[in-house]
Amino acid sequence: MRWRYFKQSAFFAIVRVSAFAIALAIGAFLVYIVVHGISAISWEFLTAPPRDSMTRGGIMPAILGTFYLTAGAIIIALPLGIASAIYLSEYAKQGPVIRIIRIGVNCLAGVPSIVFGLFGLGLFVVFLQFGSCILSGALTLGFLILPTIIGASEEALKAVPQTFREASLGLGVSKWQTIIRIVLPNALPGILTGSILGIGRAAGETAPIMFTAAAFFTAKLPSSIFDEVMALPYHVYVLATAGTHIEETRPLQYGTVLVLVALVLGVDLIAIIIRSYIRKKKRW
Amino acid sequence: MKRKLKELIIKYIFLLIALISIFILGLIVIFLFIEGLPIFKVVSFKEFIFGLEWYPTSDPPAFGIWALIVGSFIVTLFSSVIAIPLGVLSAIYIAEVAPPFIKETFKPVVELLAGLPSVVLGFFGMAVLAPWLQETFDLPTGLNIVNASFILALMAVPTIASISEDALYSVPQEFKEASYALGATRFETIAKVIVPAALSGITTAVILGMARAIGETMVVLMVAGGAAAIPESIFDSVRPMQASIAAEMGEAPFRSDHYHALFATGVVLFALTFFFNLIADYVSHKFREVGSATL
Repeated sequence: MRWRYFKQSAFFAIVRVSAFAIALAIGAFLVYIVVHGISAISWEFLTAPPRDSMTRGGIMPAILGTFYLTAGAIIIALPLGIASAIYLSEYAKQGPVIRIIRIGVNCLAGVPSIVFGLFGLGLFVVFLQFGSCILSGALTLGFLILPTIIGASEEALKAVPQTFREASLGLGVSKWQTIIRIVLPNALPGILTGSILGIGRAAGETAPIMFTAAAFFTAKLPSSIFDEVMALPYHVYVLATAGTHIEETRPLQYGTVLVLVALVLGVDLIAIIIRSYIRKKKRW
Repeated sequence: MKRKLKELIIKYIFLLIALISIFILGLIVIFLFIEGLPIFKVVSFKEFIFGLEWYPTSDPPAFGIWALIVGSFIVTLFSSVIAIPLGVLSAIYIAEVAPPFIKETFKPVVELLAGLPSVVLGFFGMAVLAPWLQETFDLPTGLNIVNASFILALMAVPTIASISEDALYSVPQEFKEASYALGATRFETIAKVIVPAALSGITTAVILGMARAIGETMVVLMVAGGAAAIPESIFDSVRPMQASIAAEMGEAPFRSDHYHALFATGVVLFALTFFFNLIADYVSHKFREVGSATL
């Protein structure tokens, strides 16, 4: 009898240790980045362009570029994702069509980010001749986060109680009007918070924009969607690997990493907090 | 009648949009093949896959990606060895052992880990882990299989942990109650009832985690070292397929053999992850628990 409980305690200790190892790893990582990056952050760093072949100055063009790319990706992915989710949760009946669509979404979610980069290069940059620019990058990123948006939207639509739909349909309202007036408004907060996670993903990806949008350095800020841009993740990569002053620019690298992490995790954290708030508030 | 027609049209418009994921998947395949297939005019399929020499810029060039494939597999394998136990065990902790307040804080922490940009983790491996490894083990370089596997494991853990946790959580309460009623301890219930019942979900989690690791680019690009040779020890550098594509595409002349070879490497990579995902989908669909009567 005692042996059985000893085994239990030993097992619980092991699972506890593995969980805390993960928490510790992420905690240590964040502390390390903050401690090393904070000294590089200044008003100039956030608002000035790089100077002296990127060994000094700031990262403002990269912040702006990441903002453009992310905004573009969301504008492309959000309508497509919500409409796909509406079909999957409101119209489709169990059967081969829905099964194929679902496999398609899952496989799209699993496509390696570098393959998205190749695809963007082949289709947008070369075939459609957009060149390496904001538009190509935003389209590539938009397709990359589409499965995230579909998943989040579907979950939010399914969380709307069936009785809402039945009440509406029972009053003689058509299905389309029920969706637009009843289901969608109730699901919208959930859809948007889920989509915020997609924003974080789009802002942090590097491989898809390497050949489709990102530039090592641009002398001036982009003036149209057909201009190349600098982007935060690509800036980190370039500074850390391709410079002749890698050691010298370490503080700049830590600073850029801190800004990127703060941006992505900040956005994710907002989504997580809103979501838990919505879940607590809902009582249907 | 008019209203019915309108409803029908709207339904098909939504269906058309829902098919876009498949459409994009198709476009990806088409464009990878258009740009990748011309390489097989230069080398045979067998030479390309199993060739041991990757010297795309030499004269004459050699396009054999076997060392790159091995590189991809080896970092995926080692990162799985770290990530699977860590991910599954912490999922068991969150789902079955942890008190409620830890459960509620731990899930967001795991989600945050999933949200960290890969370039940031790659940077961490490069700037912090690599010098430490180099000094501690007295190596020529800290950019090697061990380093890359460790960082990749950090990326795979959130996927494995959160999907496993969902699977464990959805095991019906009656199973546990029946087990406790027979006098089993909590450990025995977890090991002999809950985990077996959730096994298909955990398997899916593991496969998707591995797919995440094999598709991840920035980490292996920055941390794996970049030597295109079959490694002999775990402290050797490797050049996985993803890293090779990302590093060389910028320099490969437009529509040269090198450019086509990189696209063909992309096809191989895509096929591998596609295969992983199909298996994951099959496992989760085939062994899905339907109600509580299926065990």
